Amino acid sequence: MASGAELKADIAEKSFGQNTLFEGLRIEVPAGQVVALIGPSGVGKSTVLRMIAGIDTAYEGRILVDGVAPSAAEVPGFVFQDPRLLPWETALGNLLAVKPDLPPDEGRKLLAAVGLEAAADLRPAELSGGMQRRVALARALAVSSRLLLLDEPFVSIDRKLAMELWALLAGVVDRFGPTVILVTHDPYDAAALADRVITLRGRPAKLVDDTMLDVPRADRQDDLVAKIARELDAGMRA
Amino acid sequence: MAEAGRKPRSTRRWAEWASLPLLLLLWQVAAMLVAHRLFPTPVVVFGELYDLAAHGSLIADVTKTLGRAVLAFFAAMTMGVVIGGALGRFGWADGLFGNWILIGLNIPAIVVAITCYIWLGLTEFALILAVVINKTPLVAVNMREGVRALDHGLAELAKVYRVGFWRRVNKFIIPQLMPYVLTAARTGLSLIWKIVLVFEVLGSDGGVGFRIGIFFQHFDMKGILAYTLAFMAVVILIEYGVMRPLEHRVLGWRPARN
Repeated sequence: MASGAELKADIAEKSFGQNTLFEGLRIEVPAGQVVALIGPSGVGKSTVLRMIAGIDTAYEGRILVDGVAPSAAEVPGFVFQDPRLLPWETALGNLLAVKPDLPPDEGRKLLAAVGLEAAADLRPAELSGGMQRRVALARALAVSSRLLLLDEPFVSIDRKLAMELWALLAGVVDRFGPTVILVTHDPYDAAALADRVITLRGRPAKLVDDTMLDVPRADRQDDLVAKIARELDAGMRA
Repeated sequence: MAEAGRKPRSTRRWAEWASLPLLLLLWQVAAMLVAHRLFPTPVVVFGELYDLAAHGSLIADVTKTLGRAVLAFFAAMTMGVVIGGALGRFGWADGLFGNWILIGLNIPAIVVAITCYIWLGLTEFALILAVVINKTPLVAVNMREGVRALDHGLAELAKVYRVGFWRRVNKFIIPQLMPYVLTAARTGLSLIWKIVLVFEVLGSDGGVGFRIGIFFQHFDMKGILAYTLAFMAVVILIEYGVMRPLEHRVLGWRPARN
């Protein structure tokens, strides 16, 4: 099992024009932890993810992934809100497009790990929405099984499909042991998957809550997930 | 359901096969009804076509025109892709040269041809240059729209995954631009055939347009239609032998429209 990446973010200031998004935001994530970053829309959760990925560098402060700047660290696996697949490539081709040195057999194994062993040679238009999201997850894993950055990966899908994807992601975490930063506005996602939940609120956004969820993921039954989600939701709105 | 889905496609294919014979049949009937020397039947025209191919200069003329069209096509496509790409990518370039393209699109082809002939003489270079000047703005406009329509989400994806420049071009950008390139190629090809012929009538030492100009002076409809048929055969050959297989190959990933 590959170990996850260690993450330290110390953002002194991040602004968009006159708008200060963050001021003195500190987050440390040990290797292999699944952290849900929750908060209301527009609070800057996705911006944090882009800064960790190294594609947003316009801020004051320091982010370290395994002790080095994000741009110097291993490329993270990133899952967007939409599957964002190349429509002209097959499922396997989508993995190879971002990871050209991936042996095709390895790519097929990753697709099998997300339940798509029979769909490797199909194009996105031939896949359902849920299957496309699985390809996006396999693509992220193809690039890195150490750091997964998930930007609202369960948004705009029904609860049944979301639960399937939760189970899939939990399986991936158990199997590969990555550090995961899951950005979501839905406390249910956090309650089902996270080891730890960080809540951001306000403008500039402040870290208003940092909660460890002690019950192992596998033991969280539906009613417990609902109870945790309600508590997180209340904390988010307080 | 699958059967029902297949039926319209096979019906369409049959209709496509029947299309040209139907046109020939209508021509034959109309020519028989009119029964005039200036409206020969397809049978007569095919006979003339055979004579001109076997004993005349039809093959040489078609080859000459085809060569000019192909040369002008590739030159215009190359320039149009580069110019249109730059206009779509850089706002300042579009601001500076956008009106030039507008003028290029609307300036009468005949004016360009006459100007080129006056300045450069009745040369092969002048003819091809005139065609390229006429065609390039059309390609550039298509490419500009293609570049403007590039998916920002995919660009961000490539950035997140730090995809190298050439791979980004090859795997992310070119496939998005191909529909625009093929549209430009298809419309451009049909435009070039027509322009080349007109310019050949205006001033050249051979080619389909040049020969049709001579037939016109003699009111030789058999010759005009025989050359037109030969030329149409080349166009159809290019359509079915090059354009459609190419489209199928590079745009095959797009969901079927019907």
